[in-house]
Amino acid sequence: MIGLYHYLTLSAILFVLSIAGIIVNRRNLIVLLMCIELMLLAVNFNFVAFSRHLGDDTGQIFVFFILTVAAAEAAIGLAILVVLFRNRRSINVQELNTMKG
Amino acid sequence: MTFEAILFYIFSVVLVGAAIGVVTARNPVHAVMFLVLSFFQSACLWILAEAEFLGIVLVLVYVGAVMVLFLFVVMMLDIRVEEVKRSLNRYWALAAAVAAIMAMEMVQLIWWRGRPGVGRGDFAAYPEGYSNTKALGAVLYTEHVYAFEIAAVILLLAIVAAISLTMRKRPGLKVQNIASQVAVRARDRIRIVKMDAEKKK
Repeated sequence: MIGLYHYLTLSAILFVLSIAGIIVNRRNLIVLLMCIELMLLAVNFNFVAFSRHLGDDTGQIFVFFILTVAAAEAAIGLAILVVLFRNRRSINVQELNTMKG
Repeated sequence: MTFEAILFYIFSVVLVGAAIGVVTARNPVHAVMFLVLSFFQSACLWILAEAEFLGIVLVLVYVGAVMVLFLFVVMMLDIRVEEVKRSLNRYWALAAAVAAIMAMEMVQLIWWRGRPGVGRGDFAAYPEGYSNTKALGAVLYTEHVYAFEIAAVILLLAIVAAISLTMRKRPGLKVQNIASQVAVRARDRIRIVKMDAEKKK
């Protein structure tokens, strides 16, 4: 018997874990962005669970738009991160050779 | 315990484990990989809850595009691992306390304060021949068409913002200046000088 409460509990655990992640990884901006993505996932779980519980598809439409906005947010956030790294650390291309393998 | 319940618990355990991995991984690349795993498990859970369209969208859009973008940025930036390790040791007690308190509150709210006999049973089954994708598409392009168009504008905004933020002019790069090439005239290039013919000696 898996119903609304099970999904809500799972979503609460996910949300709480991502809050703990934000507290723990205060220095690492990229992990903070990942924790925000996890939080949005937890919120989406709530929407899907209530949509199925109430038999109303509007909740799933809402999740669709949250996914859109989260994708835009991730793109802009990562662009800001790249610019920040470029300005704060160095503009030296020699140091950006992690992908060289 | 039904087969669906067993699947739900397996997916949930893997999902929570992957989320813990995201939070505690010392290497950011490992954190992204755990995040991919957690999104995949969520997609499985949504498909289990008969929200198939969103499950597929989560795999295609999130795992396929956004997580790859994360991976690119993580690999491009040269982040020091030791710094992250040290901050992990300082704050884990506070984080665990906050997480435990919030989790207990929310679980208590859901299971003990909820109305009795409302959310414990299975979701109501969809009627025969119901298509989740079809139903979502039917309302997405009729009732929610304005929100759909706003979402398109937001995506355009994200494209423009990301490009304009990260584009830079590198000095010393040899590129054509198309405007000045088009605007050039013959008299800028050739100068005709009038002069008397010289006599040969």
